[in-house]
Amino acid sequence: MENIVSADTDVDVMLRVNGRARRLRLDSRVTLLDALRDELELTGTKKGCDQGACGACTVLLDGKRVLSCLTLAAQCEGREVTTIEGLAADGRLHPVQEAFIRHDAFQCGYCTPGQIVSAVALLQEGRAGSDEEIREFMSGNLCRCGAYPNIVAAIREVAGQGSE
Amino acid sequence: MRPYEYVRAEDPAAAVALVSGDPQAEYLAGGTTELDLVLKDGVLEPERLVDITRLPLRAITQAQDTLCVEALVTMSELAADPTVSERVPFVREALLAGASPQLRNMATIGGNLLQRTRCRYFRDATAPACNKRTPGSGCAAVRGPARMHAILGAGEHCIALHASDLCVPLVALDTVVDIQDVDGSRSVPLTEFYVLPGERPDIENVLEHGELITRIRIPLLPVGTRSGYLKVRDRASYEFALTSAAAALLIEDGTIVGARLALGGVGTVPWRALEAEELLRGAPATDRTFRAAAQAALDAPFTVAGTAFKVELAKRTIVRILQDVSGVRS
Repeated sequence: MENIVSADTDVDVMLRVNGRARRLRLDSRVTLLDALRDELELTGTKKGCDQGACGACTVLLDGKRVLSCLTLAAQCEGREVTTIEGLAADGRLHPVQEAFIRHDAFQCGYCTPGQIVSAVALLQEGRAGSDEEIREFMSGNLCRCGAYPNIVAAIREVAGQGSE
Repeated sequence: MRPYEYVRAEDPAAAVALVSGDPQAEYLAGGTTELDLVLKDGVLEPERLVDITRLPLRAITQAQDTLCVEALVTMSELAADPTVSERVPFVREALLAGASPQLRNMATIGGNLLQRTRCRYFRDATAPACNKRTPGSGCAAVRGPARMHAILGAGEHCIALHASDLCVPLVALDTVVDIQDVDGSRSVPLTEFYVLPGERPDIENVLEHGELITRIRIPLLPVGTRSGYLKVRDRASYEFALTSAAAALLIEDGTIVGARLALGGVGTVPWRALEAEELLRGAPATDRTFRAAAQAALDAPFTVAGTAFKVELAKRTIVRILQDVSGVRS
């Protein structure tokens, strides 16, 4: 009986996802991650641990990186969500995406969308001052393939471009 | 995972009324503890979640030598505050030593105070014995494998750790917690906010159901006081403390005239080391003094096989942070 959801546990939500208004009616338990993947078919954001430990589900919420697996979709009413699908502009990859390709900063690729979104935020936060700082401020994104050296190299390169 | 009603509160009074009037209602702020325990672990089963993230409680203001931080300020925002960097730098260090950048953008200061223990028996709804989750059921951690557990304020009924980094310097600074309920408001020193587990580990603090933390007030350190936070852990980043220490010292002509010391990673509550402070005040700033303080702080630990190592580690953590803050190594 517990699976039967009564009407008052549903919520109406309007999210702005990658610049587009999306209206949804959802069970109040639906996370932002599941809303993106299952309702909006934006499957670029990945479900890793689904418990706030791995960073694969990282998205930008009003420009700040957060974990979409520990955020209710209902909490995001009227807020701006940017996913990996929203980083490329006018058909051109984001500089961080290009750098990840150039530096082969992944192996299996599962953590990569989270890594890239997190890296974009890190650069905005001004936390790419040294390899040590990049590692510290990317510590919320785990890579089980161990592509860390190339991830750091990719971020360092984009940071260098920005300052020149 | 049971269904629940989601309600978005518009102002603090409405939020307090919604939760106070419903024993099955709980507050939802950053969600990094609450949603973990409701959605993922199934340890909490509220029938109503009152979302307080839209409440206007996001300001940081300074009044003389006190920093007033409203409850919904995030860890990232407080870490970026210039007064924190200048006047209580060990608060900034502790904030940045905790969690990950993503979690720090979500987690609020009020929520940090109220974060639930990481004890794996508490967080495993199928583990039969947990006095914190099911009062009277026993403590699996005392008998079973334990490591990330408390050795101070602990006992046979519970060794669950309060894992906050932030609360360690906050408790050292005599931070005050402002609380609102349906009838008005009250203030409680953070040192009196938490309740030791004793025979009722399910009671963790002095809050009554429905009371809402609206603000904390952090006394700033006197000019000239040096402070630091040292966190010892299994990984260099993004890991809970095995032991940690927050220290603030004012030293004049080689004599310690002001001392504040608190410990993390070892207490069932954020642990103020008052006996150690007493020893430090008026004593020469030397290794000998630091070792005596460390000994006093860890005078009466409660250990199990898996946590016995923490006694010596905590002492060395204290000596090291006192050396680092004082600049003395003799």
